[in-house]
Amino acid sequence: MKKIFLLFITFLKIGAFTFGGGFAMIPLIEREIVEKRKWVSQDSMINIISISQSFPGAVAINSSIIIGQRIGGYPGAVAATLGVTLPSLIIIIAVAKIFSYIWEIEAIKAAFRGINSAVIALLISVSIRIGKASLKDKITPFITIVALILLFWIKIHPIYIVLFGIASGIAYYFFKIKKSGKN
Amino acid sequence: MIYLQLFITFFKIGLFSFGGGYGMIPMIEIETGQWLTTQEFVNIISISEMTPGPIAVNTATFVGYRVGGILGGVIATTGVILPSLILILSVCGLLNKYRKHPLLESIVWGIRPVVVALIIGAVALVARNTLLKEPISINDMLDLSSLQHLEPISIAITVLILVLLLVLKLHPILAILVGAVLGVILKYVGLF
Repeated sequence: MKKIFLLFITFLKIGAFTFGGGFAMIPLIEREIVEKRKWVSQDSMINIISISQSFPGAVAINSSIIIGQRIGGYPGAVAATLGVTLPSLIIIIAVAKIFSYIWEIEAIKAAFRGINSAVIALLISVSIRIGKASLKDKITPFITIVALILLFWIKIHPIYIVLFGIASGIAYYFFKIKKSGKN
Repeated sequence: MIYLQLFITFFKIGLFSFGGGYGMIPMIEIETGQWLTTQEFVNIISISEMTPGPIAVNTATFVGYRVGGILGGVIATTGVILPSLILILSVCGLLNKYRKHPLLESIVWGIRPVVVALIIGAVALVARNTLLKEPISINDMLDLSSLQHLEPISIAITVLILVLLLVLKLHPILAILVGAVLGVILKYVGLF
């Protein structure tokens, strides 16, 4: 029971102090879970992060579930998930409550126009980083281009774009099998 | 039944989004279009960048609260997390075992370039709603006639902050702060 509570508190801290989305949480998760609590080793941490990226959903949530389960079983997974989510939930509800009032202030509107411009720059830098990490061969940039055409031109729902990626991966797998069969 | 609708919408978002929060943005925009204007959604993206926690959770809470109060916020957030919780707890052991299986590796190989496209979609969404005078949905991105309404000052802020991020490795939170301060200053010198 003490362990479950400790999991909750640790992930509460992680949820409360990481800004900028899931990937920004990873260094803090590492510091708390690997260095301070010594719940998992550095090697399994790298493992956990790559597994959590192959599941749908937020990376931070997924890695919290995996770590929670390893340390405290199902109750541990639930405790870690609650801990990592609760701070966002409380803060966002507070922000949403006051947002409609402060939105009337002209200075706030101006600040938000500047912030939105900054967010574009942030998103561009994220897409450069993720693009560099994901597009390493000759076929993957082609998949990105087809997905962009589907998104902007054909205007299909993003769910089908994700399914297109999964289908490309499966097709690639069978293509590789066939090729290695011939050799 | 608004709560059920919120739950189903965010469950769907949680189930079909890969590559973390940024890749989820185009999907969230289309799925929540009935409850939020595009401009409001762009503001929520910005708020998510300024508050702790994953962007998917932040958006779910914000939309849920707007639509159905505190209970709505809790329900939407539960909906977005639940697919991860169910999937991971049921198949994580298997996945750990077959992680190196070539089929799984190929699927991840296929999803990653698609996530890049979805993040570019997110860039386009925020850009067309900030750098233009008229807000616009992701489905109307290719309508080039809106380009005549470009806002040079907003573009200049984006370019400046992008340079700071890429060259000086500015921390994302500081980038947001620089944007906010520039916005207020430009307002008071009458340029914005």
